[in-house]
Amino acid sequence: MSLSVTENGGAGATGAVAHLGGATAALAAQRNPAPQPVLEIEGLTVGTDRVDLVLDVSLRVAPGETLCLVGESGCGKSLTCLAAMGLLAAPVRRKAGSVRLSGVELSGLGERRLRQVRGRDMAMIFQDPVASLNPVQRVGQQVAEALRVHEALSQKAASRRAVELFDKVGIAEPARRADAYPHELSGGMCQRVMIAMALACRPRLIVADEATTALDVTTQAQILRLMKALQEEIGTAMVFVTHDLGVVAEIADSVAVMYSGRIVETGSVDGVFDAPAHPYTQGLMDCRLHALAAAGGRLAAISGSVPRPAERPSGCAFRTRCPKASLPCERLPMLAPFGASQRVACHFPGRAT
Amino acid sequence: MSPRFVLTKLLRALLTLALAVTFVFVVLRMSGDPVTQMLPDDAPASVREQYREMWGLDRPLPEQYLRYVAGLARGDFGFSFRDDRPALDVVLERVPLTLELGLSALALTLGLGLGAGILAALRRGSTVDHATMAFTILGHSMPNFFLGILLILWLAMTWRILPSSGVGTWQHLVMPTVTLGTSYAATVARFTRSSLLEVLHQPYMRTAKAKGVPFGRTILRHALPNAGIPIATVVGLRIGALIGGAVVVETVFAWPGVGQLLVSSVAYRDLAVVQTVVLLIAFTMVVVNFLVDITYGWLDPRIGAGRREARA
Repeated sequence: MSLSVTENGGAGATGAVAHLGGATAALAAQRNPAPQPVLEIEGLTVGTDRVDLVLDVSLRVAPGETLCLVGESGCGKSLTCLAAMGLLAAPVRRKAGSVRLSGVELSGLGERRLRQVRGRDMAMIFQDPVASLNPVQRVGQQVAEALRVHEALSQKAASRRAVELFDKVGIAEPARRADAYPHELSGGMCQRVMIAMALACRPRLIVADEATTALDVTTQAQILRLMKALQEEIGTAMVFVTHDLGVVAEIADSVAVMYSGRIVETGSVDGVFDAPAHPYTQGLMDCRLHALAAAGGRLAAISGSVPRPAERPSGCAFRTRCPKASLPCERLPMLAPFGASQRVACHFPGRAT
Repeated sequence: MSPRFVLTKLLRALLTLALAVTFVFVVLRMSGDPVTQMLPDDAPASVREQYREMWGLDRPLPEQYLRYVAGLARGDFGFSFRDDRPALDVVLERVPLTLELGLSALALTLGLGLGAGILAALRRGSTVDHATMAFTILGHSMPNFFLGILLILWLAMTWRILPSSGVGTWQHLVMPTVTLGTSYAATVARFTRSSLLEVLHQPYMRTAKAKGVPFGRTILRHALPNAGIPIATVVGLRIGALIGGAVVVETVFAWPGVGQLLVSSVAYRDLAVVQTVVLLIAFTMVVVNFLVDITYGWLDPRIGAGRREARA
């Protein structure tokens, strides 16, 4: 594998905007040579033979940048991540589009080559840490395994490194904990183990799929702070899937909002939070607890639920739940620039009207 | 493993052995008189009485039982009426042959069963999978003596490539091994396939893949240890059953092992020998069960007593 690209420190790239596919993004990149994105997804469509679950998704994540993917359950966030890692399981498969890691095309790469990239150049943290760890192997060994596979370390050296990593992710008494089995550790502790595993080979990209959802609030805050600090230390790009907007505000540089398999809005975290352009994003914002006072004490909700992929309406998929829906919405809106940093797929973007 | 765990297992094992010994002792003595079996029909009553007295069969049953148990405690397994020497010697000299047959059948069971089961699980829905499933159904439903007779018919009678009975060369071992091992291999294959299929979709398998672990290693280091418990259980049960199966197979192939000895000793009412063989079988079962219990704890750290405290 020749995945050599200069390690770019976090500082320069923090705050970079996630450019979203299409010609304009490419043009912008030409005019203003940004650092080569770590992850570049273009026109990704994922689904089974019968139905598409992720549609034409394009994303870019720069070195050191954190992109949050948000949306309700079942909108295709996790599948997008799994597709990026090449971990889709039959019958779901990548039907179109490309995934590039530091400029190297991953889609279409054989399983053997992909395996050399996974764990070394890109790592994934899963939602349920306890179930995601092998119940019959000591956790230290499970972290050491990544090092043994990718860096050909001896069992002893790998175990020593695993203990160092445990210390780094804030596990007290790392040497003793490394000998524990997952069932002997708490959920937060298991998630720290997963993070240690992901960091083991200092990857360019970490994909965290609802990494803190299963944890209680205080643990969640600790883990988020830890991930942010470690990210700054090694300059890793991060894709963070969540449906918790509080988490987004805490860690994201940029945001992509997904609805029913498509990206409906994207932009810098400040832009999207200050002026959400898509009615769905607005709805999500209104569902937050701080929106409570503004709405006169009643917590807002988006009426209805995400349509099942097979029953997705034609045109804009949100139109069946959208307060602004009208005739033009039967045509699919394209992602178009909105404001300074956002792009939105809506015929009637913005708060006004 | 805590001492308490071992002690409980040990007591349970002793109880099992005691029950087996008692049951066989009583049933054998209710099922007929050895003297009738051994002496000619026209033997005078006085001679019969003399023999009964010699073997202690004239005593009340409880007394016979106590004498027998007291003998066992001293390592005396009784006397073979037929061979006129200690029953233990008679049995022990047959053990190596049965062990030879049992171990080769076990090797076949594990090799074929695990191999076919793993392959079928990994290639689910493929021709290999369907072939394995067909084999397990056939293996399960065909009585092993019938398979043995078929093998003799084809391989020994029609094509004449293997000897039909007896011992000596490796060729003699082939047909009894296949006969004994096939149905067990079928069971093991079935369990291996289903427990592996269950494990393959667990989140930790995806984690292993996301770590970049090579495929073979994900199966050997992550899937099989997790699928191991049901497999160990069924293999343990089958090892016990191998001995029972050997009785039939040894008879079909005239294999002079413990199984054949048991059959002829029962027919002969050679009480001490039958009791010794049953005790041996029960003992083997107990040992195998104990080994399986240990294997559980070794396969899955969540099972077994005396775990280290490492809670977070």
